[in-house]
Amino acid sequence: MKKQDVPQDKSSLETTNSKELCYAVNEDGEYTTAHSSGWAPKTIALDNAIAEINERIAHAKENVEQGKSSPLEYYMEVHKMDIGILASYVGLWKWRVKRHFKPKVFNKLSNKILQKYADVFEITIEELKEIKHGN
Amino acid sequence: MEIKFTHHQSAHCENGVVSNLMKHNGFDVSEPMVFGIGSGLLFCYIPFLKVNHAPAITYRAMPGAIFKRFAKRVGIKIKHEKFKSPQKAKARLDENLQNNNPVGLQVGVYNLEYFPDEYRFHFNAHNLVVYGKEDSNYLISDPVMETVTTLSDKQLEKVRFAKGAFAPKGHIYYPTGFPDTLSLESAIKKGIKHTCKDMLAPVPIVGVKGIRMVAKLIRKWPKKKGVRKANHYLGQIVRMQEEIGTGGGGFRYIYAAFLQEASKVLKNDTLAELSKEMTVIGDLWRDFALDLSRIYRNRKAKMDAYNDVASQLEAIAEKEELFFKKLRKAIKNDD
Repeated sequence: MKKQDVPQDKSSLETTNSKELCYAVNEDGEYTTAHSSGWAPKTIALDNAIAEINERIAHAKENVEQGKSSPLEYYMEVHKMDIGILASYVGLWKWRVKRHFKPKVFNKLSNKILQKYADVFEITIEELKEIKHGN
Repeated sequence: MEIKFTHHQSAHCENGVVSNLMKHNGFDVSEPMVFGIGSGLLFCYIPFLKVNHAPAITYRAMPGAIFKRFAKRVGIKIKHEKFKSPQKAKARLDENLQNNNPVGLQVGVYNLEYFPDEYRFHFNAHNLVVYGKEDSNYLISDPVMETVTTLSDKQLEKVRFAKGAFAPKGHIYYPTGFPDTLSLESAIKKGIKHTCKDMLAPVPIVGVKGIRMVAKLIRKWPKKKGVRKANHYLGQIVRMQEEIGTGGGGFRYIYAAFLQEASKVLKNDTLAELSKEMTVIGDLWRDFALDLSRIYRNRKAKMDAYNDVASQLEAIAEKEELFFKKLRKAIKNDD
């Protein structure tokens, strides 16, 4: 990549007023560094990934509202986690976390376990039991 | 207290921390040099590790490996520590700052408050330098940021004890011993040999073979996984290849910069030629990313489009195979 070809597309780096560093070749064929404000192909990839997460959140919300899943699934998606990451944050086995997604099991959880989840999501137990506080 | 520390922005966090710590200790080592000696370049397809619900594809060595190899090859001693208790982790950090010693930390990105929200995923192998403390705020030199920043002790504890894959567990590291003079020659050769071995490894998911495997998978994904998932996977490939920290082209440009610098140190003109060749390969990776983005942009594409990018990837594999064979030879002849 030549230095003058380093892309200067719009990206979310703008929100923090930052630019990233790239390596490119100058007119003399020497390697140098150059700032880039972003590149459309990866901005689209990132936007799609975020749209995907939002769809997962909406889907989880629906599941909770229809009584198919506990609010844990919803909060997990809101925090961009998967079961493995959530399990490691609460310090439980994955299969236990998965089980807690069942509304019946979730409703019988002790306050001690609920508190663990609430701490990870940085909300109260009361908030954890409902889902309107997620966003 | 503030330690006099010069922040240099880098493309990749791990190289950047090493390069900045080396410069702080009076050794002028560039980011590409750290990357090349540490054999940072790689390709690996890791089907059993899922990142953001897609199989992981990496263009670089395992987190921590670059620093470890670099230290061993140039003969510096590094102290590494991990902690169970956040209090102990904090105490050790403060102790080092008291002793005027800036340290490297491994952290998770998800709670890194100064990153744009969109970039905050559960990725735990980010690196930064702490170079001081003012009241309860730590002074942070994050190599991928343009300027220095700060984190409160609470914020820092959160990112040091992020959970999930590659959990940092308060990982702190800093150099403790240096050789009198840094001799890069043999370190460069070792670094290059290692990279050639990795890229030409007879393992189906690693190096050139790994690239070919992913090409094959791209042909299958739309039929086997559905267009939606296939496109999500393609987006993931582009992000792994081009996102902040890669220097562009899946680290191929940083590697080309390294080869150019290495050709001067070793007085080996072949390496300068190979640097140019690597730049061309980097451009091919960029073209590949651009064509992938054309597929996932509109969420529907003809089957042909997947086959086209797969062929493109196979052509890259072919080029890289030839390239690393030539590079191996160029270094062998230098011995």
